[in-house]
Amino acid sequence: MSDILPTSAPPSVPAKKIAGFKPDLLMKENHNLCPGCGEPVALRKLLEAIEAVGAQERTIGVIGIGCYTSFGSGIDVDLVQALHGRAPSVATGVKRMRPETLVFTLQGDGDMVNEGLQEVIHTAARGESVTCVLLNNGVFGETGGHMTATTVLGQRTKNSLEGRDAGYHGYPILIGDLLAQLEGTAYAARGSVHDAASVMATGRMLRRALETQEKGLGFSFVEVLTMCPTGWFIPTAEGPDYLDKVMGSVHTVGELKRKAHD
Amino acid sequence: MTRRLMEGSEAMAEAAIAAGCRFFAGYPMTPFTELLEGFAKRLPESGGACINAESELEAVGMAWGAVATGARAATGSTGQGLSLMQESFSEITRAELPLVIFNMARGQGDYYQSTRGGGHGDYRHIVLAPADAQEAVELTQLAFDLADRWRNPVLIYGDYLIAHANESVDITPRTYPPLPPKDWAVDGTLGGSGESRTVNPLGVDKKSLGIDPEGLWNRLQEKHERIECEEVRVETGFTEDAELVVVAFGSVGRFVRHVVREMRADGLKVGFVRPITLWPFPSEAVAAAAHAAGRVAVLEQNAGQMIDDVRLAVLGAAPVVAIGGISTDRSGFGVGDLLNPAAVRGRIEGALSTGGNFR
Amino acid sequence: MGDVNDMAGTTSRGTVTIETERCKGCELCIPACPPDVLSMSTEVNEIGFRYPELRPGCTGCSACLLVCPDFVFEVYRYETPQQYEVTP
Repeated sequence: MSDILPTSAPPSVPAKKIAGFKPDLLMKENHNLCPGCGEPVALRKLLEAIEAVGAQERTIGVIGIGCYTSFGSGIDVDLVQALHGRAPSVATGVKRMRPETLVFTLQGDGDMVNEGLQEVIHTAARGESVTCVLLNNGVFGETGGHMTATTVLGQRTKNSLEGRDAGYHGYPILIGDLLAQLEGTAYAARGSVHDAASVMATGRMLRRALETQEKGLGFSFVEVLTMCPTGWFIPTAEGPDYLDKVMGSVHTVGELKRKAHD
Repeated sequence: MTRRLMEGSEAMAEAAIAAGCRFFAGYPMTPFTELLEGFAKRLPESGGACINAESELEAVGMAWGAVATGARAATGSTGQGLSLMQESFSEITRAELPLVIFNMARGQGDYYQSTRGGGHGDYRHIVLAPADAQEAVELTQLAFDLADRWRNPVLIYGDYLIAHANESVDITPRTYPPLPPKDWAVDGTLGGSGESRTVNPLGVDKKSLGIDPEGLWNRLQEKHERIECEEVRVETGFTEDAELVVVAFGSVGRFVRHVVREMRADGLKVGFVRPITLWPFPSEAVAAAAHAAGRVAVLEQNAGQMIDDVRLAVLGAAPVVAIGGISTDRSGFGVGDLLNPAAVRGRIEGALSTGGNFR
Repeated sequence: MGDVNDMAGTTSRGTVTIETERCKGCELCIPACPPDVLSMSTEVNEIGFRYPELRPGCTGCSACLLVCPDFVFEVYRYETPQQYEVTP
């Protein structure tokens, strides 16, 4: 292929940089997450949203336990590392003592919907002025692909080998829909990162959630469906389609609640 | 100095707020409930917040977040509720956060839980055991100072009697030597500078490459050894010429002190050692008293827990007998028949005459 | 198909810098590229993964950057679109 263009250095002719490798609030590009993982994609949009609302010098994040935890040393805002499931409570204590800050949590589905379901529900019900971000891939990615409370029916995991069976394993929890019902929730949305348009839409949701907090309207929540080809046992290139068709058909993408906004 | 007649719980809450506590989260449970009520009533008017957490797990999580911002914060429960919080206690200790914890315990069965740590991994809390409301006030204020000084959780071991008895107390704030600045606390201001902070139980900062569990353990171990050297607190009485020394803590220690004084007035050669810090345990004071007396009795309201620390302190130099035991009221919340001077005197006299095990 | 390729193949409104050594070869950028000017290499990088290569026709839309989990792309838009001779 003789028509391959050189791409190892910036262009030598006049050109405007549209976007850098990484978001400004990420200190290093390298990470040890698997090929095809959706979590770094969602993280980029979260960090960009913090900058978009101008809160980079007054943001405190609370990080749960999952694959994304390893970003804790790379995210350039003040962070508190929480235990599995407990980030919304820790965020509550942070926000109550520092109401001038923008407080977010970053959790996976195992962290938020399995281990700490009651924490996020009560935090939402209290209308706590924090933004909880869920990276939902329907499996425990870090342990190697085990069933979580959001695993869809029929999905094969390491501990639901024949596929999740409603009679045996029960039904998935649609956490975004559940939280949207609570009076204290001012904003709830479910985005995805399976293609560029979805990533852009997710970025807008994250920004609206942070703006909801900035306006003091109540609890805000964004669930981001992310690929986990390793935990789904599929080739990386099939991740986006699996996310869209298998997960997305149950955990439907879109804004779920937008209370008194704009 | 002004003294007021107050319920112990209310006095402890006020003392905490006088010491600068601005955040509390808890879940009701007898006999801890009144402490939560005290914070709920007083904290908002002091510019703080008291959250009625939906579980003990959430209470300790909220307090974790609050201390991470540099605020003075506390949580608490009974030993039962603290059982639920242990995972967080362990990690908060590793994150070196100055959390103050109140255990308004049902008896003295939580000695192991307090001093050994009910959670995973190697960790220690400074444990303060007041004998009455006035001491509870003083130790509450001291707890916030020690927590900040050592960046380590401090647990106050109270009980039903301290929580619910009305006593005359003085809540004037105490002054302590200056503390190091809380430059580790998160306030959000360093975001985007490349110098943003992280409060975590892994012993890492943002420049760390990977984690270093062994390095963290060794650092904590070294700190805990220094605490053991510097923070021992103990009250002793009549140990110089005693023929029997009685070791007891908390409210039970208060009864023992009273009874020993009575027995001394009657010419009986008994003395007492009352550990005020359960960890670090006053091993030297116990050992010295045991060597002098030659016989030791331990009166605690449980099946025998502190007696392990007494025996480790004495190292076989004197016989150590248990003269306490489980003693509660019918509810299980309060104090039982053992906590009256006549019963305590009976146990001590029994040990004095026979040296036997009365359990 | 020939018309579209001719158009895209001869003019680049934008370009990308590709940090090939960071690429883990997931291939998510390949179908994400609207003008379809990214393809996977035959060579592998130091950590053993094939990586994307750019052919003429880039619009500088950033779709590849948006879907990339490994922060491999940097996106530029030319002040003046670049013309390329394309091998048939």
